[in-house]
Amino acid sequence: MGHPLRGVAAISGLGMTPMGRIYKSANELAADAVRDAIADAGLKKDDIDGLLINPGITGFTGGGINLGLQNYLGMADLRLLNHMNGAGSTAAQMVQYATMAINAGMAKHVVCVFADTPLKDGSRTGAAYGGANRLPPRPKGMAGLAPAAGFFGPNTQYALATSRHMALYGTTHDQLGAIAVAQRQWATQNPQAQMREPITLEDYHNSRWIVEPLHLLDCCLVSNGAIAVVVSPADIAKDMAQPPVYIKGMGQGHPGDFSRAGSDWETETGAKIAAKTAFSMAGAGPDDISSCQLYDCYTYTVLVTLEDYGFCKKGEGGPFVEDGKLGPGGSLPTNTGGGELSAYYMWGMTPLSEAVIQGRGHGGERQAKNDLILCTGNGGSLSYHAALILSPHRN
Amino acid sequence: MTEATTAPKPIPEPDETSEPFWKATLEGKLLLMKCSDCGGFRLPSRQHCDRCLSAKFEWTPASGRGTVRSFGRMHQVYHPAFAEEVPYTLAIVELEEGPRLPTNIVDLDGREVRVDMPVELTWERHEDVALPKFRSRD
Repeated sequence: MGHPLRGVAAISGLGMTPMGRIYKSANELAADAVRDAIADAGLKKDDIDGLLINPGITGFTGGGINLGLQNYLGMADLRLLNHMNGAGSTAAQMVQYATMAINAGMAKHVVCVFADTPLKDGSRTGAAYGGANRLPPRPKGMAGLAPAAGFFGPNTQYALATSRHMALYGTTHDQLGAIAVAQRQWATQNPQAQMREPITLEDYHNSRWIVEPLHLLDCCLVSNGAIAVVVSPADIAKDMAQPPVYIKGMGQGHPGDFSRAGSDWETETGAKIAAKTAFSMAGAGPDDISSCQLYDCYTYTVLVTLEDYGFCKKGEGGPFVEDGKLGPGGSLPTNTGGGELSAYYMWGMTPLSEAVIQGRGHGGERQAKNDLILCTGNGGSLSYHAALILSPHRN
Repeated sequence: MTEATTAPKPIPEPDETSEPFWKATLEGKLLLMKCSDCGGFRLPSRQHCDRCLSAKFEWTPASGRGTVRSFGRMHQVYHPAFAEEVPYTLAIVELEEGPRLPTNIVDLDGREVRVDMPVELTWERHEDVALPKFRSRD
């Protein structure tokens, strides 16, 4: 017997705005993506009875989408509505809650939308996430220890995590660089990717330091933009406008505070917990996965996620990726649109949107073998994780 | 870049929960909250124990010894007060008692720091607080 939620819902619509230095409000970007997703699904706005909303960093810094988006979109009489935040794991989580609501009969066609506008005209990319400009002159209490020591933003935490993995397991820059190079190869085949010039391992090594051991080319492309998907009952989705991408497995894992005593947050992530739940629901394992769309805020996130899903043993992520198996023509096509590193950083909507494109078979020259797609989201300092296993095949 | 040279560093300001911690820093003592029920140490200061959720605690001095959990070297200038210091060495130090502190290793170039290297406490004095920093203990 299969899991009762396996294959009950499918992604039926996808809408994506241009991404990068696009200067519109978050509401406007969200509305563009939602309109396009509904049209893509062949639905009308009135068919939508559920709306799940996820702002990005602007949910914290100001100007982000919130519950008011329902009114901006003019959606009346919704049966499901929430403003959600599980950081980078939210996109996958929204699809999970939509699936459960559909299965429970609480909603039929649920729009899940992410929009963010971290980039301001004339400001540096890092300013959005560094957080220093939002600090009071004297931060209160012991939370002030980190900025006083010069810790700013996620680059710091991910550098520390990477550094520990390198020390414990001998992971090298050549191995991290192999991830950046492979994803750029994919991006050259994606018209929606912002970075489409091929790079070499030498380019990777020559890119400037951000926080050692992270080079610039280890870090994602902070972008403005929006992406929306529509989740529909599988029985209906099979006759809708687009090839359905079925939700076969779902899981979450949230290890918690990175500063907690005894935590191995740097090298053991919530993916380990999510993997068990998602693989069990899908009735599958790592050997059954035909492509991966993994949250890749940094190259290291890809490496540690592959380990935690059991594609290789803990500590062996470096040698595992080094032979180029993640790139075009490799045995485990991963982040086939270029990912957050080379295409666009839309939090968990980056892997999800590419998973939908691949699951439909709409990848064009970058289309990978299309059976079971692992799609993951990660947030915080490797603190929050959610997974979807998607497929063009319902059974 | 006038701004870069005049902006002060973001030095923490004591609040109600952390006041005993900061007061002790001026006497060269690193205090940790120790749970009166389960004996677990917690840091940063917080009302509830993150192991057993007890709200009872006493402030206990730490040994001041620990190891480098991880480290990195910051090259970006996110805050103008750090413009003259980049690249500087960031580290998370795990204290003997268990809690972890975001800090800096002051006596070594960033490339000489190693994961799990033993370190000991030293202080950076400011007007009404001192900041815990660490140096190698080899």
